[in-house]
Amino acid sequence: MKLLIDNEEFNVPAGTTVAAAVMLVDRPSFRRSVSGEPRFPLCGMGICFECRVTIDRVAHQRSCQIEVREGMVIETE
Amino acid sequence: MSESIKAEVVIVGAGPAGLCAATGPVVASRSVVLIDDNPRPGGQIWRAEKGRTEDLAGRMIHKLSEHENFRRMPGTHVFGIDGNSLLCESPGGDVRVEFEKLIIATGARELLLPFPGWTLPNVFGAGGLQALVKGGLDVSGKRIVIAGTGPLLLAVAYYLRSKGANVVLIAEQAPRSRILRFGLGLWRSPLKLVEAVWYSAKLLTTRSVYDSYVVRAEGDERLRSVTVRIGAKTETIECDMLGVGFHLVPNTELAELLGCEIRNGAVVVDEFQRTTVENVWCAGEPTGISGLESSLLEGTIAGSSAMGAPDSGRFLRRNRRIRRIADRMNRCYELREELRRLADNATIVCRCEDATFGEMSKFDGFRAAKLQTRCGMGACRGRICGSASRFLFGWEADSARPPIFPVRVSSLAGED
Ligand SMILES: Cc1cc2nc3c(=O)[nH]c(=O)nc-3n(C[C@H](O)[C@H](O)[C@H](O)COP(=O)(O)OP(=O)(O)OC[C@H]3O[C@@H](n4cnc5c(N)ncnc54)[C@H](O)[C@@H]3O)c2cc1C
Ligand code: FES
Repeated sequence: MKLLIDNEEFNVPAGTTVAAAVMLVDRPSFRRSVSGEPRFPLCGMGICFECRVTIDRVAHQRSCQIEVREGMVIETE
Repeated sequence: MSESIKAEVVIVGAGPAGLCAATGPVVASRSVVLIDDNPRPGGQIWRAEKGRTEDLAGRMIHKLSEHENFRRMPGTHVFGIDGNSLLCESPGGDVRVEFEKLIIATGARELLLPFPGWTLPNVFGAGGLQALVKGGLDVSGKRIVIAGTGPLLLAVAYYLRSKGANVVLIAEQAPRSRILRFGLGLWRSPLKLVEAVWYSAKLLTTRSVYDSYVVRAEGDERLRSVTVRIGAKTETIECDMLGVGFHLVPNTELAELLGCEIRNGAVVVDEFQRTTVENVWCAGEPTGISGLESSLLEGTIAGSSAMGAPDSGRFLRRNRRIRRIADRMNRCYELREELRRLADNATIVCRCEDATFGEMSKFDGFRAAKLQTRCGMGACRGRICGSASRFLFGWEADSARPPIFPVRVSSLAGED
Protein backbone atom coordinates (compact mmCIF):
# COMPACT_ATOMS: atom_id res chain seq x y z
CA MET A 1 0.00 0.00 0.00
CA LYS A 2 1.16 3.45 -0.88
CA LEU A 3 1.51 5.92 1.96
CA LEU A 4 3.07 9.24 2.67
CA ILE A 5 5.29 9.39 5.74
CA ASP A 6 6.64 12.87 6.47
CA ASN A 7 6.04 13.84 2.83
CA GLU A 8 7.96 10.88 1.42
CA GLU A 9 6.20 8.11 -0.46
CA PHE A 10 6.57 4.51 0.70
CA ASN A 11 5.08 1.14 -0.14
CA VAL A 12 4.28 -1.25 2.69
CA PRO A 13 2.33 -4.52 2.70
CA ALA A 14 -1.38 -4.41 3.61
CA GLY A 15 -2.11 -5.43 7.19
CA THR A 16 0.97 -3.61 8.53
CA THR A 17 0.32 -1.40 11.54
CA VAL A 18 1.23 2.25 11.20
CA ALA A 19 3.80 1.77 14.01
CA ALA A 20 5.56 -1.01 12.08
CA ALA A 21 5.42 1.06 8.87
CA VAL A 22 7.06 4.08 10.51
CA MET A 23 9.81 1.84 11.93
CA LEU A 24 10.34 0.13 8.59
CA VAL A 25 11.14 3.47 6.98
CA ASP A 26 13.41 4.47 9.85
CA ARG A 27 12.20 7.80 11.20
CA PRO A 28 14.21 9.34 14.08
CA SER A 29 11.17 9.49 16.35
CA PHE A 30 7.42 9.01 16.50
CA ARG A 31 6.73 11.86 18.87
CA ARG A 32 8.70 14.24 21.05
CA SER A 33 8.16 14.08 24.79
CA VAL A 34 7.25 17.21 26.77
CA SER A 35 10.98 17.80 27.33
CA GLY A 36 11.79 17.15 23.68
CA GLU A 37 13.16 13.58 23.82
CA PRO A 38 12.56 11.39 20.77
CA ARG A 39 10.15 8.55 21.58
CA PHE A 40 9.30 5.24 19.96
CA PRO A 41 6.57 2.67 20.63
CA LEU A 42 6.91 0.84 23.94
CA CYS A 43 3.99 -1.45 24.78
CA GLY A 44 2.85 -2.34 21.26
CA MET A 45 -0.70 -2.82 22.54
CA GLY A 46 -2.37 0.56 22.84
CA ILE A 47 -1.62 1.23 26.50
CA CYS A 48 1.37 3.58 26.72
CA PHE A 49 0.58 6.20 24.04
CA GLU A 50 4.29 6.57 23.19
CA CYS A 51 3.65 5.69 19.53
CA ARG A 52 1.38 8.63 18.78
CA VAL A 53 1.61 10.22 15.33
CA THR A 54 -0.60 12.39 13.15
CA ILE A 55 -2.66 10.36 10.67
CA ASP A 56 -4.58 12.09 7.89
CA ARG A 57 -4.29 15.34 9.84
CA VAL A 58 -5.73 13.91 13.06
CA ALA A 59 -3.09 14.32 15.78
CA HIS A 60 -2.27 11.91 18.63
CA GLN A 61 -3.30 8.62 16.99
CA ARG A 62 -1.87 5.44 18.53
CA SER A 63 0.00 4.04 15.56
CA CYS A 64 0.31 0.52 17.04
CA GLN A 65 -3.48 0.08 17.02
CA ILE A 66 -4.12 1.25 13.46
CA GLU A 67 -3.41 -0.55 10.20
CA VAL A 68 -2.20 1.26 7.09
CA ARG A 69 -4.73 2.32 4.49
CA GLU A 70 -4.05 3.18 0.85
CA GLY A 71 -3.03 6.83 0.55
CA MET A 72 -2.66 7.37 4.28
CA VAL A 73 -0.73 10.49 5.28
CA ILE A 74 1.40 10.04 8.37
CA GLU A 75 3.42 12.70 10.16
CA THR A 76 5.90 12.10 12.96
CA GLU A 77 7.34 14.76 15.28
CA MET B 1 -22.94 10.46 20.89
CA SER B 2 -23.36 9.83 17.20
CA GLU B 3 -24.80 6.31 17.57
CA SER B 4 -26.60 4.40 20.26
CA ILE B 5 -26.96 0.63 20.43
CA LYS B 6 -28.29 -1.88 22.92
CA ALA B 7 -27.59 -5.53 23.62
CA GLU B 8 -28.44 -8.13 26.20
CA VAL B 9 -24.83 -9.16 26.68
CA VAL B 10 -21.98 -6.73 26.06
CA ILE B 11 -18.41 -7.98 26.23
CA VAL B 12 -15.32 -5.78 26.41
CA GLY B 13 -12.18 -7.50 25.13
CA ALA B 14 -11.91 -9.91 22.17
CA GLY B 15 -9.04 -11.98 23.56
CA PRO B 16 -9.46 -15.66 24.44
CA ALA B 17 -11.65 -14.81 27.46
CA GLY B 18 -13.96 -12.44 25.56
CA LEU B 19 -14.30 -14.74 22.56
CA CYS B 20 -15.20 -17.69 24.79
CA ALA B 21 -17.63 -15.54 26.76
CA ALA B 22 -19.41 -14.58 23.54
CA THR B 23 -19.88 -18.10 22.24
CA GLY B 24 -22.54 -19.41 24.69
CA PRO B 25 -24.82 -16.37 24.55
CA VAL B 26 -24.49 -16.02 20.76
CA VAL B 27 -25.41 -19.66 20.14
CA ALA B 28 -28.34 -19.26 22.53
CA SER B 29 -29.60 -16.39 20.31
CA ARG B 30 -29.02 -13.59 22.80
CA SER B 31 -28.03 -10.24 21.35
CA VAL B 32 -24.31 -9.86 21.89
CA VAL B 33 -21.92 -6.97 21.23
CA LEU B 34 -18.16 -7.58 21.40
CA ILE B 35 -15.99 -4.49 21.75
CA ASP B 36 -12.21 -4.44 21.34
CA ASP B 37 -9.61 -1.74 21.02
CA ASN B 38 -7.55 -3.75 18.52
CA PRO B 39 -8.43 -3.75 14.84
CA ARG B 40 -8.01 -7.57 14.86
CA PRO B 41 -9.51 -10.10 17.27
CA GLY B 42 -7.46 -12.41 19.50
CA GLY B 43 -6.23 -10.22 22.34
CA GLN B 44 -2.57 -10.61 23.25
CA ILE B 45 -1.75 -14.26 22.71
CA TRP B 46 -3.83 -14.79 19.58
CA ARG B 47 -2.91 -11.39 18.20
CA ALA B 48 -3.34 -12.11 14.54
CA GLU B 49 -0.23 -11.85 12.53
CA LYS B 50 -0.24 -9.50 9.60
CA GLY B 51 -1.61 -11.17 6.51
CA ARG B 52 -2.67 -14.36 8.28
CA THR B 53 -6.41 -14.84 8.15
CA GLU B 54 -6.62 -18.50 9.04
CA ASP B 55 -5.83 -17.99 12.71
CA LEU B 56 -7.94 -19.31 15.56
CA ALA B 57 -9.37 -15.97 16.64
CA GLY B 58 -10.28 -15.18 13.05
CA ARG B 59 -12.13 -18.48 12.73
CA MET B 60 -13.98 -17.91 16.00
CA ILE B 61 -15.06 -14.44 14.91
CA HIS B 62 -16.12 -15.84 11.55
CA LYS B 63 -18.31 -18.48 13.25
CA LEU B 64 -19.83 -15.92 15.61
CA SER B 65 -20.51 -13.54 12.75
CA GLU B 66 -22.73 -16.11 11.06
CA HIS B 67 -25.29 -15.28 13.75
CA GLU B 68 -27.41 -12.18 13.18
CA ASN B 69 -27.60 -11.55 16.91
CA PHE B 70 -23.83 -10.95 17.08
CA ARG B 71 -22.17 -7.63 16.47
CA ARG B 72 -18.48 -6.96 16.61
CA MET B 73 -16.95 -3.54 17.21
CA PRO B 74 -13.21 -3.70 16.43
CA GLY B 75 -10.88 -0.72 16.81
CA THR B 76 -13.21 0.61 19.49
CA HIS B 77 -12.31 1.46 23.05
CA VAL B 78 -14.47 2.06 26.07
CA PHE B 79 -13.44 5.29 27.76
CA GLY B 80 -16.26 5.84 30.23
CA ILE B 81 -19.61 4.75 31.56
CA ASP B 82 -22.98 6.34 32.11
CA GLY B 83 -25.35 4.16 34.14
CA ASN B 84 -25.81 0.98 32.12
CA SER B 85 -24.11 2.35 29.04
CA LEU B 86 -20.54 2.17 27.88
CA LEU B 87 -19.17 5.25 26.18
CA CYS B 88 -16.99 4.20 23.29
CA GLU B 89 -14.84 5.74 20.64
CA SER B 90 -14.85 3.83 17.36
CA PRO B 91 -13.23 4.52 13.98
CA GLY B 92 -16.59 5.72 12.69
CA GLY B 93 -17.31 8.04 15.62
CA ASP B 94 -18.68 7.80 19.12
CA VAL B 95 -21.01 5.04 20.15
CA ARG B 96 -23.03 4.53 23.28
CA VAL B 97 -23.58 0.86 24.07
CA GLU B 98 -26.29 -0.02 26.56
CA PHE B 99 -26.02 -3.40 28.29
CA GLU B 100 -28.23 -5.64 30.37
CA LYS B 101 -25.29 -7.87 31.27
CA LEU B 102 -21.68 -6.85 30.98
CA ILE B 103 -18.65 -9.12 30.78
CA ILE B 104 -15.28 -7.46 31.31
CA ALA B 105 -12.47 -9.36 29.57
CA THR B 106 -9.90 -6.59 29.28
CA GLY B 107 -6.81 -8.77 29.75
CA ALA B 108 -3.47 -7.67 31.12
CA ARG B 109 -0.53 -5.48 30.22
CA GLU B 110 3.17 -5.84 30.85
CA LEU B 111 4.71 -4.33 33.95
CA LEU B 112 7.34 -1.92 32.67
CA LEU B 113 9.88 -0.57 35.14
CA PRO B 114 12.15 2.45 34.73
CA PHE B 115 15.95 2.24 34.52
CA PRO B 116 18.42 4.74 33.05
CA GLY B 117 17.96 4.82 29.28
CA TRP B 118 14.57 3.07 29.13
CA THR B 119 13.03 5.95 27.18
CA LEU B 120 15.50 5.52 24.28
CA PRO B 121 14.01 4.56 20.92
CA ASN B 122 14.25 0.78 20.36
CA VAL B 123 13.68 -0.11 24.01
CA PHE B 124 10.35 -1.94 24.11
CA GLY B 125 8.32 -4.15 26.38
CA ALA B 126 9.15 -7.79 25.66
CA GLY B 127 5.59 -8.69 24.68
CA GLY B 128 5.41 -5.20 23.20
CA LEU B 129 8.19 -6.01 20.75
CA GLN B 130 6.45 -9.25 19.82
CA ALA B 131 3.23 -7.35 19.16
CA LEU B 132 5.04 -4.86 16.92
CA VAL B 133 6.61 -7.69 14.93
CA LYS B 134 3.19 -9.28 14.52
CA GLY B 135 2.13 -5.90 13.15
CA GLY B 136 4.76 -6.15 10.43
CA LEU B 137 7.99 -4.86 11.98
CA ASP B 138 11.01 -6.57 10.41
CA VAL B 139 13.55 -7.90 12.91
CA SER B 140 15.58 -10.20 10.68
CA GLY B 141 19.26 -9.92 11.46
CA LYS B 142 18.64 -7.54 14.35
CA ARG B 143 20.63 -8.11 17.55
CA ILE B 144 18.07 -8.26 20.34
CA VAL B 145 18.35 -8.58 24.12
CA ILE B 146 15.28 -9.96 25.92
CA ALA B 147 15.12 -9.24 29.64
CA GLY B 148 12.88 -8.88 32.66
CA THR B 149 10.92 -11.72 34.13
CA GLY B 150 8.17 -14.22 33.47
CA PRO B 151 7.25 -17.03 31.12
CA LEU B 152 6.61 -14.52 28.35
CA LEU B 153 10.36 -13.91 27.84
CA LEU B 154 10.98 -17.38 26.39
CA ALA B 155 7.89 -17.22 24.20
CA VAL B 156 8.99 -13.86 22.83
CA ALA B 157 12.61 -14.93 22.30
CA TYR B 158 11.46 -18.00 20.44
CA TYR B 159 9.07 -15.98 18.29
CA LEU B 160 11.68 -13.37 17.41
CA ARG B 161 14.17 -16.04 16.45
CA SER B 162 11.61 -17.63 14.18
CA LYS B 163 11.40 -14.23 12.46
CA GLY B 164 15.14 -14.22 11.83
CA ALA B 165 16.25 -12.08 14.76
CA ASN B 166 19.59 -12.67 16.41
CA VAL B 167 18.60 -12.95 20.08
CA VAL B 168 21.95 -12.31 21.77
CA LEU B 169 20.81 -12.72 25.37
CA ILE B 170 17.82 -13.69 27.49
CA ALA B 171 18.21 -12.25 30.99
CA GLU B 172 15.71 -13.47 33.62
CA GLN B 173 15.84 -11.72 36.99
CA ALA B 174 14.49 -14.68 38.98
CA PRO B 175 16.91 -17.31 40.29
CA ARG B 176 17.16 -20.46 38.19
CA SER B 177 16.64 -22.72 41.22
CA ARG B 178 13.23 -21.17 41.91
CA ILE B 179 12.11 -21.67 38.32
CA LEU B 180 13.40 -25.24 38.21
CA ARG B 181 11.55 -26.05 41.41
CA PHE B 182 8.38 -24.65 39.97
CA GLY B 183 8.99 -26.50 36.70
CA LEU B 184 9.34 -29.80 38.53
CA GLY B 185 6.07 -29.09 40.32
CA LEU B 186 4.42 -29.06 36.91
CA TRP B 187 4.59 -32.82 36.45
CA ARG B 188 0.90 -32.96 37.27
CA SER B 189 0.20 -30.54 34.47
CA PRO B 190 1.87 -32.32 31.54
CA LEU B 191 0.82 -29.78 28.93
CA LYS B 192 2.60 -26.95 30.72
CA LEU B 193 5.65 -29.11 31.25
CA VAL B 194 5.82 -30.06 27.59
CA GLU B 195 5.58 -26.38 26.70
CA ALA B 196 8.42 -25.47 29.08
CA VAL B 197 10.70 -28.24 27.85
CA TRP B 198 9.90 -27.41 24.25
CA TYR B 199 10.85 -23.74 24.61
CA SER B 200 14.04 -24.60 26.47
CA ALA B 201 15.04 -27.06 23.75
CA LYS B 202 14.31 -24.59 20.98
CA LEU B 203 16.35 -21.93 22.70
CA LEU B 204 19.33 -24.13 23.60
CA THR B 205 21.65 -22.18 21.33
CA THR B 206 20.58 -18.83 22.75
CA ARG B 207 22.53 -17.48 25.70
CA SER B 208 20.18 -17.50 28.72
CA VAL B 209 21.11 -16.20 32.14
CA TYR B 210 19.22 -16.09 35.45
CA ASP B 211 19.60 -13.81 38.47
CA SER B 212 20.30 -11.17 35.84
CA TYR B 213 18.80 -7.83 34.89
CA VAL B 214 19.42 -4.80 32.69
CA VAL B 215 20.81 -1.93 34.74
CA ARG B 216 21.13 0.62 31.95
CA ALA B 217 20.45 1.20 28.27
CA GLU B 218 22.93 3.33 26.34
CA GLY B 219 22.79 5.35 23.13
CA ASP B 220 22.17 8.94 22.11
CA GLU B 221 19.16 9.15 19.84
CA ARG B 222 18.84 5.35 19.54
CA LEU B 223 19.69 2.31 21.64
CA ARG B 224 23.28 1.15 21.06
CA SER B 225 24.00 -1.18 23.98
CA VAL B 226 22.70 -2.42 27.29
CA THR B 227 24.55 -3.01 30.52
CA VAL B 228 23.41 -6.16 32.26
CA ARG B 229 24.09 -7.41 35.74
CA ILE B 230 24.73 -11.13 35.37
CA GLY B 231 25.09 -12.77 38.75
CA ALA B 232 27.98 -10.91 40.39
CA LYS B 233 29.36 -9.44 37.15
CA THR B 234 28.38 -6.55 34.92
CA GLU B 235 28.58 -6.81 31.15
CA THR B 236 27.89 -4.35 28.35
CA ILE B 237 26.30 -5.87 25.26
CA GLU B 238 25.84 -4.15 21.92
CA CYS B 239 22.40 -4.56 20.42
CA ASP B 240 19.83 -2.99 18.12
CA MET B 241 16.76 -3.62 20.25
CA LEU B 242 15.86 -4.41 23.82
CA GLY B 243 12.62 -6.09 24.87
CA VAL B 244 12.17 -5.82 28.61
CA GLY B 245 9.04 -6.63 30.63
CA PHE B 246 8.38 -7.69 34.20
CA HIS B 247 5.46 -10.09 33.92
CA LEU B 248 1.88 -8.84 33.75
CA VAL B 249 -0.56 -6.50 35.48
CA PRO B 250 -4.35 -6.93 35.20
CA ASN B 251 -6.24 -4.20 33.30
CA THR B 252 -8.76 -3.27 35.97
CA GLU B 253 -9.60 0.33 34.99
CA LEU B 254 -13.01 -0.41 33.47
CA ALA B 255 -14.03 -2.65 36.37
CA GLU B 256 -12.94 0.06 38.80
CA LEU B 257 -14.96 2.66 36.98
CA LEU B 258 -18.04 0.46 37.35
CA GLY B 259 -17.41 0.21 41.08
CA CYS B 260 -16.30 -3.43 41.19
CA GLU B 261 -14.21 -4.38 44.19
CA ILE B 262 -10.49 -4.65 43.43
CA ARG B 263 -8.15 -6.57 45.75
CA ASN B 264 -4.36 -6.82 45.32
CA GLY B 265 -4.65 -5.25 41.90
CA ALA B 266 -7.19 -7.77 40.57
CA VAL B 267 -10.98 -7.74 40.15
CA VAL B 268 -12.77 -9.74 42.86
CA VAL B 269 -15.09 -12.43 41.44
CA ASP B 270 -16.96 -15.46 42.76
CA GLU B 271 -16.58 -18.86 41.11
CA PHE B 272 -19.16 -17.93 38.46
CA GLN B 273 -17.05 -14.87 37.57
CA ARG B 274 -19.61 -12.47 39.06
CA THR B 275 -18.05 -9.23 40.29
CA THR B 276 -19.35 -7.38 43.35
CA VAL B 277 -21.54 -5.25 41.04
CA GLU B 278 -24.83 -6.69 39.87
CA ASN B 279 -24.98 -7.75 36.20
CA VAL B 280 -21.24 -7.32 35.76
CA TRP B 281 -18.97 -10.33 35.19
CA CYS B 282 -15.23 -10.42 34.76
CA ALA B 283 -13.12 -13.13 33.08
CA GLY B 284 -9.49 -13.79 32.21
CA GLU B 285 -6.41 -11.85 33.28
CA PRO B 286 -8.20 -8.94 35.07
CA THR B 287 -9.20 -11.39 37.83
CA GLY B 288 -5.51 -12.28 38.41
CA ILE B 289 -2.73 -13.34 36.06
CA SER B 290 -3.29 -17.00 35.27
CA GLY B 291 -2.69 -17.44 31.56
CA LEU B 292 -4.46 -18.70 28.49
CA GLU B 293 -6.25 -21.78 29.79
CA SER B 294 -7.80 -19.94 32.69
CA SER B 295 -8.90 -17.13 30.35
CA LEU B 296 -10.66 -19.70 28.14
CA LEU B 297 -12.39 -21.34 31.09
CA GLU B 298 -13.37 -18.13 32.85
CA GLY B 299 -14.72 -16.68 29.61
CA THR B 300 -16.88 -19.75 29.06
CA ILE B 301 -18.07 -19.76 32.68
CA ALA B 302 -18.89 -16.03 32.58
CA GLY B 303 -20.83 -16.46 29.32
CA SER B 304 -22.99 -19.24 30.76
CA SER B 305 -23.46 -17.49 34.06
CA ALA B 306 -24.55 -14.26 32.35
CA MET B 307 -27.22 -16.25 30.47
CA GLY B 308 -28.38 -17.82 33.70
CA ALA B 309 -27.32 -21.26 32.43
CA PRO B 310 -25.91 -23.65 35.00
CA ASP B 311 -22.24 -24.42 34.54
CA SER B 312 -20.68 -27.81 34.59
CA GLY B 313 -18.72 -28.27 37.80
CA ARG B 314 -15.89 -29.65 35.71
CA PHE B 315 -14.92 -26.22 34.36
CA LEU B 316 -15.09 -24.67 37.79
CA ARG B 317 -12.87 -27.35 39.29
CA ARG B 318 -10.39 -27.19 36.47
CA ASN B 319 -10.15 -23.42 36.75
CA ARG B 320 -9.52 -23.61 40.50
CA ARG B 321 -6.66 -25.99 39.85
CA ILE B 322 -5.09 -23.85 37.16
CA ARG B 323 -5.33 -20.79 39.35
CA ARG B 324 -3.46 -22.55 42.12
CA ILE B 325 -0.66 -23.39 39.71
CA ALA B 326 -0.68 -19.81 38.43
CA ASP B 327 -0.33 -18.46 41.98
CA ARG B 328 2.75 -20.60 42.45
CA MET B 329 4.13 -19.45 39.13
CA ASN B 330 3.56 -15.78 39.91
CA ARG B 331 5.45 -16.18 43.17
CA CYS B 332 8.33 -17.78 41.36
CA TYR B 333 8.76 -14.60 39.29
CA GLU B 334 8.63 -12.26 42.29
CA LEU B 335 10.70 -9.16 41.63
CA ARG B 336 14.05 -8.69 43.33
CA GLU B 337 14.82 -5.69 45.53
CA GLU B 338 17.62 -4.39 43.29
CA LEU B 339 15.06 -3.51 40.61
CA ARG B 340 13.69 -0.81 42.90
CA ARG B 341 17.04 0.95 42.81
CA LEU B 342 17.83 1.00 39.11
CA ALA B 343 16.35 4.42 38.37
CA ASP B 344 18.50 7.40 39.39
CA ASN B 345 17.16 10.86 40.18
CA ALA B 346 17.25 11.91 36.54
CA THR B 347 15.45 8.80 35.23
CA ILE B 348 12.02 9.55 33.86
CA VAL B 349 9.30 7.48 35.54
CA CYS B 350 6.20 9.05 33.96
CA ARG B 351 6.89 9.04 30.24
CA CYS B 352 3.82 11.10 29.35
CA GLU B 353 4.80 14.06 31.54
CA ASP B 354 8.56 13.40 31.85
CA ALA B 355 8.34 13.35 35.66
CA THR B 356 11.59 11.97 37.07
CA PHE B 357 12.32 9.52 39.86
CA GLY B 358 13.99 12.33 41.84
CA GLU B 359 10.92 14.58 41.57
CA MET B 360 8.43 11.85 42.39
CA SER B 361 10.31 10.24 45.26
CA LYS B 362 9.90 13.42 47.35
CA PHE B 363 6.24 12.60 47.89
CA ASP B 364 4.61 9.97 50.04
CA GLY B 365 1.83 8.87 47.74
CA PHE B 366 0.74 8.82 44.12
CA ARG B 367 -1.93 11.45 44.57
CA ALA B 368 0.45 13.98 46.16
CA ALA B 369 3.10 13.30 43.52
CA LYS B 370 0.46 13.67 40.81
CA LEU B 371 -0.60 17.12 41.98
CA GLN B 372 2.96 18.43 42.02
CA THR B 373 4.68 16.61 39.15
CA ARG B 374 1.71 15.75 36.90
CA CYS B 375 2.86 12.12 36.92
CA GLY B 376 0.02 9.83 35.86
CA MET B 377 -1.97 12.69 34.35
CA GLY B 378 -0.85 12.18 30.77
CA ALA B 379 -2.31 10.26 27.89
CA CYS B 380 -1.80 6.77 29.33
CA ARG B 381 -3.71 7.82 32.46
CA GLY B 382 -1.00 6.37 34.70
CA ARG B 383 -1.18 2.84 33.27
CA ILE B 384 2.62 2.68 32.94
CA CYS B 385 3.93 4.89 35.78
CA GLY B 386 1.11 4.00 38.18
CA SER B 387 1.95 0.29 38.03
CA ALA B 388 5.67 1.08 38.22
CA SER B 389 5.17 3.37 41.25
CA ARG B 390 3.32 0.65 43.03
CA PHE B 391 6.46 -1.46 42.86
CA LEU B 392 9.03 1.34 43.23
CA PHE B 393 7.46 3.29 46.08
CA GLY B 394 4.78 0.93 47.36
CA TRP B 395 2.12 3.49 46.38
CA GLU B 396 -1.44 2.43 45.73
CA ALA B 397 -2.49 3.70 42.33
CA ASP B 398 -5.12 6.40 42.37
CA SER B 399 -8.55 4.97 41.57
CA ALA B 400 -9.54 5.07 37.90
CA ARG B 401 -11.40 8.17 36.84
CA PRO B 402 -13.07 8.85 33.52
CA PRO B 403 -12.04 9.04 30.81
CA ILE B 404 -9.93 5.89 31.21
CA PHE B 405 -8.61 6.57 27.72
CA PRO B 406 -8.00 10.08 26.41
CA VAL B 407 -10.70 11.02 23.93
CA ARG B 408 -11.41 13.47 21.18
CA VAL B 409 -13.12 16.57 22.51
CA SER B 410 -16.28 15.69 20.58
CA SER B 411 -16.65 12.42 22.52
CA LEU B 412 -16.78 14.26 25.82
CA ALA B 413 -19.07 16.95 24.53
CA GLY B 414 -21.48 14.25 23.39
CA GLU B 415 -21.81 12.92 26.91
CA ASP B 416 -24.43 15.42 28.01
C1 LIG C 1 2.01 -7.87 25.27
C2 LIG C 1 1.59 -9.26 25.72
C3 LIG C 1 1.98 -10.38 25.00
C4 LIG C 1 1.60 -11.68 25.41
N1 LIG C 1 2.03 -12.75 24.68
C5 LIG C 1 1.74 -14.01 25.13
C6 LIG C 1 2.26 -15.16 24.45
O1 LIG C 1 2.96 -15.04 23.46
N2 LIG C 1 1.94 -16.40 24.96
C7 LIG C 1 1.15 -16.54 26.09
O2 LIG C 1 0.89 -17.67 26.53
N3 LIG C 1 0.66 -15.47 26.71
C8 LIG C 1 0.94 -14.21 26.29
N4 LIG C 1 0.47 -13.13 26.99
C9 LIG C 1 -0.36 -13.36 28.19
C10 LIG C 1 -1.86 -13.11 27.87
O3 LIG C 1 -2.30 -12.23 28.87
C11 LIG C 1 -2.71 -14.38 27.88
O4 LIG C 1 -2.08 -15.45 27.29
C12 LIG C 1 -4.06 -14.22 27.15
O5 LIG C 1 -3.93 -13.46 25.98
C13 LIG C 1 -5.07 -13.62 28.06
O6 LIG C 1 -6.35 -13.59 27.44
P1 LIG C 1 -7.47 -12.55 27.89
O7 LIG C 1 -8.63 -12.79 27.00
O8 LIG C 1 -7.67 -12.67 29.35
O9 LIG C 1 -6.84 -11.10 27.64
P2 LIG C 1 -6.21 -10.42 26.34
O10 LIG C 1 -5.77 -11.43 25.38
O11 LIG C 1 -5.22 -9.44 26.85
O12 LIG C 1 -7.43 -9.61 25.69
C14 LIG C 1 -7.97 -8.43 26.24
C15 LIG C 1 -8.48 -7.52 25.14
O13 LIG C 1 -9.24 -6.45 25.72
C16 LIG C 1 -9.00 -5.26 25.01
N5 LIG C 1 -9.30 -4.12 25.89
C17 LIG C 1 -8.77 -3.82 27.11
N6 LIG C 1 -9.30 -2.70 27.62
C18 LIG C 1 -10.20 -2.26 26.71
C19 LIG C 1 -11.09 -1.12 26.65
N7 LIG C 1 -11.18 -0.23 27.65
N8 LIG C 1 -11.87 -0.97 25.54
C20 LIG C 1 -11.80 -1.88 24.52
N9 LIG C 1 -11.00 -2.96 24.52
C21 LIG C 1 -10.20 -3.15 25.60
C22 LIG C 1 -7.54 -5.37 24.62
O14 LIG C 1 -7.25 -4.57 23.49
C23 LIG C 1 -7.38 -6.87 24.33
O15 LIG C 1 -7.53 -7.16 22.97
C24 LIG C 1 0.81 -11.83 26.58
C25 LIG C 1 0.42 -10.69 27.30
C26 LIG C 1 0.79 -9.43 26.89
C27 LIG C 1 0.35 -8.23 27.70
S1 FES D 1 3.16 1.43 21.62
FE1 FES D 1 2.10 1.77 23.45
S2 FES D 1 0.26 2.66 22.72
FE2 FES D 1 1.26 2.13 20.90
